[in-house]
Amino acid sequence: MNNPQLDQDGRLRHLLSIEGLPKKILNQILDTAESFVGVAEREVKKVPLLRGKTVCNLFFENSTRTRTTFEIAAKRLSADVISLNVNSSSQSKGETILDTVDNLIAMHADMFVVRHSQSGAAHFIAKHVPPHIHVINAGDGRHSHPTQGLLDVFTIRKYKPDLHNLRVAIVGDILHSRVARSEIHALTSLGVPEVRVIAPKTLLPAQVEKLGVHVYHDMKAGLKDVDVVMMLRLQNERMSGAMLPSAQEYFKTYGLTQEKLRLAKPDAIVLHPGPMNRGVEIDSSVADGAQSVILPQVTYGIAVRMAVMAMLAGGQSGGTQS
Amino acid sequence: MSAADIKLPNAEQLLNDLAQKIEPLLQANTALVGIQSGGAWLMHRLLVLLADSISTHAIEHGTLDVSFYRDDFAQRGLKSETRPSQIPFDVDNKHIILIDDVFYTGRTTRAAMNELFDYGRPASITLVALVNRGGRELPIAPQIVGIDVPLDAEQNLQLLQHSNGTLYLALQPSLSSTPSSTIKTDSHE
Repeated sequence: MNNPQLDQDGRLRHLLSIEGLPKKILNQILDTAESFVGVAEREVKKVPLLRGKTVCNLFFENSTRTRTTFEIAAKRLSADVISLNVNSSSQSKGETILDTVDNLIAMHADMFVVRHSQSGAAHFIAKHVPPHIHVINAGDGRHSHPTQGLLDVFTIRKYKPDLHNLRVAIVGDILHSRVARSEIHALTSLGVPEVRVIAPKTLLPAQVEKLGVHVYHDMKAGLKDVDVVMMLRLQNERMSGAMLPSAQEYFKTYGLTQEKLRLAKPDAIVLHPGPMNRGVEIDSSVADGAQSVILPQVTYGIAVRMAVMAMLAGGQSGGTQS
Repeated sequence: MSAADIKLPNAEQLLNDLAQKIEPLLQANTALVGIQSGGAWLMHRLLVLLADSISTHAIEHGTLDVSFYRDDFAQRGLKSETRPSQIPFDVDNKHIILIDDVFYTGRTTRAAMNELFDYGRPASITLVALVNRGGRELPIAPQIVGIDVPLDAEQNLQLLQHSNGTLYLALQPSLSSTPSSTIKTDSHE
């Protein structure tokens, strides 16, 4: 079966998940993002690549940070940007997703950035749109959040350029986290030799080992000698029933404190996709400490999203040539 | 005319000629900027050849990758490999010496000038090219040229680098039938 993310020449057409993307494309996104980092440091923080294009942020689920960084990324590429919080507009009047999309295409939208609580929503839209329209998944249910996975890997590569020599631990609510899945796929495809997940059994998906990770239930063993600690948010709003005793209890066992971080390598870095629950999965002294790269992640997130949009938008009309 | 019929000039000799022509332009407030990839190689070589004047006048330097400013982005998309532009000095009021390897349509220069202006407002820009192959499509021309080598549209002249760092010119298979193909392959590094 052909890959819906690539066109017939093997170029990126939609970004829906990291699964199924060739390593070459992943590296191209990261390398291109490297060039966009410098753009933000200039007097004029814009390049003209998407001049005349319209990017539509379709958010069926709230996420201020993701929406804002996509908006900034599109604007720095000189696109026009429309952001719709769909749960508060037509959908509440009964319009279907595809009707919403068709109406925006009739208004000459060129690219959709889609966030939805249902897994597969971005795929569904990508299958529906005509060939010149591009779709970026900005998070769908528990499934995938590819740009977050890419920006995490980009941040790691910035601080630890030799990915082939790293031990990475992902800590927390793996079960409900689309970020964790995207991170694991990105890390293993780019050659990180050891990826660990650290979580209580109730927050791990069944057969998580099949993703190629080492499973730990104990922070002390899991953090030993790692180069990178990726904390996940405790997804309170997705939690149903009694998977955990209490937030305080969770912090005691799985919260990242300075003391636990000392088990990792002395130059280990700490990532968190945000928004953070301070005192639940991460202690403030770690979040604000010298090893934290949480704010650089946000900055690099813009460059990575610019790279993805630029790769999607270019090479349309004469596509098959050269 | 086949590739074998054209006698290509020696790039190293041309580079030495260029250095002599550029030297009188060097003064305080001048900066050298090379366009990736051939122009950047030339710029780095000029830093060595002109080392005395460069240190006397404290001349700064940088490189541009014009991928984000190309006018054929909509047709071709991004190259598979882009390099960050690096302009580590204040462009405002600088006399910029902009260096490219092969001058052809002028579209790369147009893109480079647009990018430079996003860094600041230079006092002036002087365009230097190792080879002017003719065929410009815009009202832009290099002020300092190593040599003029008129070529047909289907011929693709490139500056390449041996593994020991020496530069040479070569005719490569044409990348496209359109005359504005000044795109450089990235195979030569």
